[in-house]
Amino acid sequence: MLRPDSRTQDRPFASARGTTLRAKQHFAFALLGVLSLSIVLPAGLIVYFVAARGLPAISWEFLTASPENGMTEGGILPAILGSLALVMVTMAFAVPVGVMGAVYLVEYARQGLLVRCIRIAIMNLAGVPSIVYGLFGMGVFVMVIVPAMINLLHLDPHEYSRSCLLAGAATLALLILPMVIATTEEALRQVPGHQRHASLALGATKWQTVRRIVLPNALPGILTGLVLAIGRTAGETAPILLTGAVFYMSKLPGAHEALFKPFMALPYHLFAIATQLPGAPDEIKWGTALVLLGLVLGFNTIAVVLRTYLRGKRV
Amino acid sequence: MKRRVQRSFEALVELAIKLAGVASIVFVVLILVFLLKDAVPVLSSTPLGELVAGQQWRPTSEPAKLGFLPLILGSLVVGAGALMLAIPLGIACATFLSEVVPTHVREIVKPIVEVLAAIPSVVYGFVGLLIVGDWLRRTAGSAGEALPGPDWLTAALNMPTGMAAITGAIMLALMTLPTIVSISEDALNAVPRSYREASWALGATRWETTVRVTLPAARSGIIAGVMLGIGRVVGETMTVLMVTGNSPVIPSLTKGLFRPVRTMTATIAAEMGETAHNTEHYHALFMLGLLLFLITFAVNTVADFVTNANKHVETR
Repeated sequence: MLRPDSRTQDRPFASARGTTLRAKQHFAFALLGVLSLSIVLPAGLIVYFVAARGLPAISWEFLTASPENGMTEGGILPAILGSLALVMVTMAFAVPVGVMGAVYLVEYARQGLLVRCIRIAIMNLAGVPSIVYGLFGMGVFVMVIVPAMINLLHLDPHEYSRSCLLAGAATLALLILPMVIATTEEALRQVPGHQRHASLALGATKWQTVRRIVLPNALPGILTGLVLAIGRTAGETAPILLTGAVFYMSKLPGAHEALFKPFMALPYHLFAIATQLPGAPDEIKWGTALVLLGLVLGFNTIAVVLRTYLRGKRV
Repeated sequence: MKRRVQRSFEALVELAIKLAGVASIVFVVLILVFLLKDAVPVLSSTPLGELVAGQQWRPTSEPAKLGFLPLILGSLVVGAGALMLAIPLGIACATFLSEVVPTHVREIVKPIVEVLAAIPSVVYGFVGLLIVGDWLRRTAGSAGEALPGPDWLTAALNMPTGMAAITGAIMLALMTLPTIVSISEDALNAVPRSYREASWALGATRWETTVRVTLPAARSGIIAGVMLGIGRVVGETMTVLMVTGNSPVIPSLTKGLFRPVRTMTATIAAEMGETAHNTEHYHALFMLGLLLFLITFAVNTVADFVTNANKHVETR
């Protein structure tokens, strides 16, 4: 990759060349700066527009009332609650599998064909388009697994729905699984090897070492990753589009039945009022966008703060 | 006795951990199997060649016309447009952050770029729908009138609606940039300092060093970042569904970029909700999903291959 440049070996007019070169470099670096600015600027503009136009809509009522009058008035409480419930159930699926999967890769697995295959699988899971997850969730959870569960639990199929919170959360859990595995892996690898060795030398078994030494030490890093994953989950729309998100619910389901009922969620709500309801006032749309953006960026900020704090502590 | 209970408990735990480890493989295979199961029946009525090369997508007409070509070309126009913006900008920004500015500037700029990655796609779609589309139509219109370009260009720039392929391309470029920037920047940072020092010692300026030494040395990492960006562009759904105008027609060669299109992803999202289970249309949409899965699978595998090839070189 390093090719000797003939010009550098022989330069009769070094100073003149130096001036042009310096001018050229200034120009090139300035251009790079302008191009970088053209990335930073839109990011700021998007956040600014959503904040500036959404803020007037935010009120106590907007956050705590149900939509009224065909969603042209009232608030977005059911969508906020639905998103929170969705995130919780999703994490309940994704965290155990993801963390244990990462523990396997870092602590147990030996390098070989199997690990190579697992890595390829994780990488491809991370790249599957979100709408394809939606298709899969519809084909598997909505069509097969949830109906079977409703049958098995002797639930009334007229009262409960197979497009439901459970199906949506299971689909989202698959989508964020690669992210949970990757961040957990990174946190586990940060734990120094000598701590494991010390534990093993004292006679602890492998699992005791993992549970008492490695996991507690990696916990802050794992939590940071999980908060990031929560932010991602809260913003996803396409996977829940086909698995149970609904436009409007006349009555919020109780906690005991919510798993098998359709749900409202912020991103889907924004999509619906923005594209299907031309009559809805813009203020409500921007307000919904602001709440969603605030929620997602809020989780991201928490993760960044957590990471910075932990990094400082470690040093 | 206690010992034995403990040992069998551990064996159980280790089994669970191993199962969680291979779960990813199981899920990928399950996704493929279920997509195949619901996609293949469409081939009984429409052979694959007719599907992929079919020029009309009219799934609800009698008889249904299930040609993917308008949708594939729609994805291609939007995706290529997005990448043409995102690749140069992304590499420029990564180079700027890694080679030009001091660390404290990088610490400010990087989080802002990461904000672009955090914004949900539906918010991009929303902003595109309410602000960018309209702005773009007015800007393109006045640019078309002001510039003395050829007639076809003026005609193309005269956009009937702001909801067009280019609107989607711009929003998608913004969404893809963080991927390209952060992976390219990592690749540039991974180039050993001794490479740069050797170049400086030979009298090259920082800019010459960047262009002739650092960037070529980081090439494979940058390519991997671009590949991941391609995967993201092909698979993005909500934004393109909201801003590209939803018109499943073959984009015209001269005006296509400035007219409404419909991508593969948007078609699934828009139509699956209203499609009856197990109809021809239903299976055709699954076939689209299968195609998307295979495309992203291929792109990601190439990206992984390139990254690993790079690691090999570094350790040598």
